[in-house]
Amino acid sequence: MNKWYIEKGDQGDIVLSTRIRFARNLDAYAFPSKLDLAGKKAVNETVRDAVTRDNSGTFGYIEMNSLTRSQAVSLAERHLISPEFTTNRDGRALLLTQDESVSIMLCEEDHIRLQVMKSGLALNEAYDIANSIDNMIDAKLHYAFDERMGYLTQCPTNLGTAMRASVMLHLPALTALGRIPGISATVSKLGLVIRGAYGEGSSSKGSIYQLSNQITLGITEQAAIANLNAITMQIITQERAAQESLLKNPVQIDKIWRAMGILKSARLLSCDEFMELISLVRVGVAQNIFETQMEKVNELIVMMQPATVNASEGRELDPSERDSIRAAKVRETLLREKEDDEL
Amino acid sequence: MLCQNCGKREAGTHIKRVVNGETSESHLCSECASALGYSDVFSGLGFGFKELLGGMFSESQAAQNQLAIAERCKKCGNSWHDIVRDGKVGCADCYRTFYDKLVPTLQRIHGRTHHNGKVSRIVTSEETKTPEQLKKEKIDSLKKQLDEAVSVQNFELAAKLRDEIKEIG
Repeated sequence: MNKWYIEKGDQGDIVLSTRIRFARNLDAYAFPSKLDLAGKKAVNETVRDAVTRDNSGTFGYIEMNSLTRSQAVSLAERHLISPEFTTNRDGRALLLTQDESVSIMLCEEDHIRLQVMKSGLALNEAYDIANSIDNMIDAKLHYAFDERMGYLTQCPTNLGTAMRASVMLHLPALTALGRIPGISATVSKLGLVIRGAYGEGSSSKGSIYQLSNQITLGITEQAAIANLNAITMQIITQERAAQESLLKNPVQIDKIWRAMGILKSARLLSCDEFMELISLVRVGVAQNIFETQMEKVNELIVMMQPATVNASEGRELDPSERDSIRAAKVRETLLREKEDDEL
Repeated sequence: MLCQNCGKREAGTHIKRVVNGETSESHLCSECASALGYSDVFSGLGFGFKELLGGMFSESQAAQNQLAIAERCKKCGNSWHDIVRDGKVGCADCYRTFYDKLVPTLQRIHGRTHHNGKVSRIVTSEETKTPEQLKKEKIDSLKKQLDEAVSVQNFELAAKLRDEIKEIG
């Protein structure tokens, strides 16, 4: 079964993935920052039992401190958990489906952080899945909810629907043209925020950004999703136009071919260099310059992240060793593609 | 223009508030603006997120001290001062205990103060309903049955239902 982060979904040339996340808390317990380890454990097991009672086998239950650091960080690199969830792992647990499309972080900032991931642009589909799982939990447990304020969360910035909807966008041409700060200022006026791929405070390696709703109180889930969808479509149109105009320049075409050349022959690749080059190659694939499958490119972007390389090798690698393994895997993947990838 | 609060100093701060769609404007001097908590959204800038968020909550120091003594959440023991300091709410009951103090913060963060999305099962389940809610529902249901009885000219049943409604109401 292919994971969601490998598939090429709707608008897959620009949109890597879609995520819907709900924050929920149990009324009977204080929020996680006020709970001791025993309290967190009680919350985790209560939610685990409610989720797995009628869905045995669907969700795996992972206590976060049973993982190595690389295994934990690799989950964050695949966007299955937040980077913050890897920092202090005591008293935290994860419910995860086999296809990794649904994950439930327990005792992160809130008791429950339910997230559903889909490839490409699929906000409504992801919302429907998240909503049905949420209803299933709601039927069994007593959520912290108030009619005036909605779902009660540890941080008042999430209060109300407590929903964050986000799309992961690859915007190399708009980045190259220096248009991201302008877009960022515009979307913030519309109740959205654009950030690096790993959320708050992260950089936008490989021109990958996360666009999500900011306002959660006083707006319905459907309105927030429709708003995000509409703005995403506009950014997609802008990025496609920017890619086309950039590619009229032979220097840019040359850059894309050179990137493919380096990835197919390099013996050492740092993560930063890899991200820079694969971003160019991805444009080449989106614009049909190469016949390489987009799924291969998406898979490389996820699997070549540092902790994920460590985790797949099953040990902690030193950086130069990791750069060598990364280069070998990238070569193998791209050279396995047909050689006739020239138009 | 003079400050609308003290009426003495020149107003340098223009505050426009939109609460649930209703706009109100006021002109204040910097001292009054600060005392009324309007400078606080910016007071945390340059510090960490926690302080910034704490700033979102804060009121004048005097009001804070007063509240710190006066009120604590019965469930987790948090005072309003603790919430402001941590930038975090302690538990669901804190939201209910400090609702009035939280409203301006919610306004600053979201631009709105009232939830308009999905509703949890708990507000519709019997055990959480107030006696008034249950009574109203019972009467609504009887009235509906009464209308139906009248429409099919079952006046015997209608009279019985009417008496029942009178009894509850």
